[in-house]
Amino acid sequence: MEKRVTFKGIWLPLLLVLPQLVVTAVFFFYPAGQAVYQSLFIPDPFGLSMKWVGLGNFEYLLGNSYYRASFVTTAVFSTLVTVVSMGVALYLAVLADRLIKGSGVYRTLLIWPYAVAPAVAGVLWLFMFNTRVGVVTWYLGVLGYDWNHVLNGEEAMGLVVVASAWGRISYNFLFFLAALQAIPRSVVEAAAIDGARFWTRFRTIVWPLLSPTTFFLLVVNIVYAFFETFGVIHTITGGGPQQSTTILVYKVFSDGFVAQDLGSSAAQSVILLVIVGALTIVQFKFIERRVHY
Amino acid sequence: MIMRNTMLASITAMMAAAPALAQTEVEFWHAFTGRLGELLAEQVETFNAAQSDYVVTASHKGNYSETLNAGIAAFRAGQQPDILMVFEVGTATMMSAKGAIKPVYEVMADAGADFDPDAFIGSVNGYYTTSDNQMLSLPYNASTPVLWVNRDMLAAADIDPDVDLSTWEQVGDVLDTLKASGNDCPLVTAWQSWIHLENLSAYHNVPFATKANGFDGLETELSFNGEVQAKHIQTMGDWAKDGKFIYTGRRNESGANFRSGACALFTESSAGYAGIKDEATFEFDVRPLPYWSGVDGAPQNTIIGGASLWVMEGQTDEEYKGVADFLNFLSSPEIQAKWHQDTGYLPITNAAADLTREQGFYDENVGTDIAVIQMTANAPTENSKGLRLGSFDQIRGIIDEELEAVWAGDKDAQAALDSAKTRGDELLRRFEQANR
Repeated sequence: MEKRVTFKGIWLPLLLVLPQLVVTAVFFFYPAGQAVYQSLFIPDPFGLSMKWVGLGNFEYLLGNSYYRASFVTTAVFSTLVTVVSMGVALYLAVLADRLIKGSGVYRTLLIWPYAVAPAVAGVLWLFMFNTRVGVVTWYLGVLGYDWNHVLNGEEAMGLVVVASAWGRISYNFLFFLAALQAIPRSVVEAAAIDGARFWTRFRTIVWPLLSPTTFFLLVVNIVYAFFETFGVIHTITGGGPQQSTTILVYKVFSDGFVAQDLGSSAAQSVILLVIVGALTIVQFKFIERRVHY
Repeated sequence: MIMRNTMLASITAMMAAAPALAQTEVEFWHAFTGRLGELLAEQVETFNAAQSDYVVTASHKGNYSETLNAGIAAFRAGQQPDILMVFEVGTATMMSAKGAIKPVYEVMADAGADFDPDAFIGSVNGYYTTSDNQMLSLPYNASTPVLWVNRDMLAAADIDPDVDLSTWEQVGDVLDTLKASGNDCPLVTAWQSWIHLENLSAYHNVPFATKANGFDGLETELSFNGEVQAKHIQTMGDWAKDGKFIYTGRRNESGANFRSGACALFTESSAGYAGIKDEATFEFDVRPLPYWSGVDGAPQNTIIGGASLWVMEGQTDEEYKGVADFLNFLSSPEIQAKWHQDTGYLPITNAAADLTREQGFYDENVGTDIAVIQMTANAPTENSKGLRLGSFDQIRGIIDEELEAVWAGDKDAQAALDSAKTRGDELLRRFEQANR
């Protein structure tokens, strides 16, 4: 029997979806439309004048080799954040799933970092890795490694990736753990009785059954890495050293809110919107095919 | 909807102000917290207690950038304060915002206030005046870079703590000795662009940008890739490679290193005084910023950093009278002298500097007048009056990036400065386009 409610007429269903439509319009379509509109002008910060430049802002940005370089930086950063935060979360979730005693405490502790705001997380990590007084830096020094993320771009990238991924691990952990617990025990036990070892069971049963969750998290984490990480970058590196951690969204933030170049900032957010839109379409078209619901 | 909220807000504001019937409220938005915030609040209280016509309400709006953003957003919503604190790199942005700001000289003239532009110290106030000497905003907290010395560390390396450090050549010799004695942090700096490029240029009387450093028009181009600057940055780069100059970051992260006694020499703002005095458990002293002895005209004078107070457009005449009164109060010798002595910021008038000297402050706190002397020794030239460049915050960011390339040994100084000039000029052209 199919569960489907049929409405007579159009007005009641429209009324029921109206709140969602309004929310989307006010918080998505309106600001996005404003961004597109503003990206065609060079406005002064106080809103006293708007100079029409057509696609001038885009030409200026795409003609700038430093801006183009930050596409690569963003790709590296987003990939690393997504892989690290999902990988670690999955590992921890698998361990937590096997735990019988004390799993509650373990789970609660793992969820805590999610409550820490990105900028605060940035400051925390910055203190630990401070080049002169940081605890971790000191231990690395004992091991003979000279940590200096203020001049070494790769170390700076590593630090912002870890700081951005850290809070995300909690979120991903929750989803992975729930998904693991939803896998019927009988299936896994049957495989065990047939002599499949842990790794084989994981690869052939658990991983495919996790795929809807993994796919969801992949999309959500990439969006996170693209849009919500400027706080971490701002507090830890400010985009440096040189331009090694200047990701696209950080440039949107700093050009718009620090430098008051609203035209360029708006154009950049339009570019970012297009990229993430395209990326999401690609994910749904190609990766989703491999997902078993 | 927005209209209704605005009306509601103004009605509420009127009702709130009602008990203080005859008093006009002057709103003042600032960026100070901690000790500086307390001292600011004290000034406001003193002003409010001293007269009954006006009441100044000071509100903290975040750091410098956030305060500027709050002011801009408020202006767009028609809710701007009377007085807005803006850091020095925002000067060109504010200046170009005709219709959003009311220049201080106009405020004073309209209010019929007693106002003598010549009472101010030219090199402090010059940053915020037009080419024909009309004051646009009132300097509030102004400082200039100096050299801080950890005397104990010099002594530990068998260097006379009173060694002459007037020139960079002499500093270089001391760094060699420190390094040879095993010191792992001979020199650090705060605010690299401000000290080692902007002030370096002014101090050696070479242009940082064309058109009198931007004072004479928006068509200015950067010119800090000259011989003097390239030589200095190259020397610093060589020191960085040899571990004599330690780079700690783009802002004043190095302050913690110096105050904890980890580093020997430290180029930082004169306003670092309060913090160093508070925390240092070693003998320190302050010296003038070093210069290169072979350069003609050096040392000229250094330029300032800090913030000034801008008066916003669109208020009532009565409020502007209150603003004029308050700004005059802030620049009075007593208030200025106290501010200067409490914070290490420069006095903005000659009278305040004289009063501080008469009170014996410089004798009791040796070295606190160095910054004042460094600023006032010579009449400022068009290279040393200050900088007036649009998008300057971003340009500083570019300079930071390029300097990091030098410190890391990825580029030589000339190539880095050339590239910073090219990239910065693009931003200046954009700013020109937006404000033409």
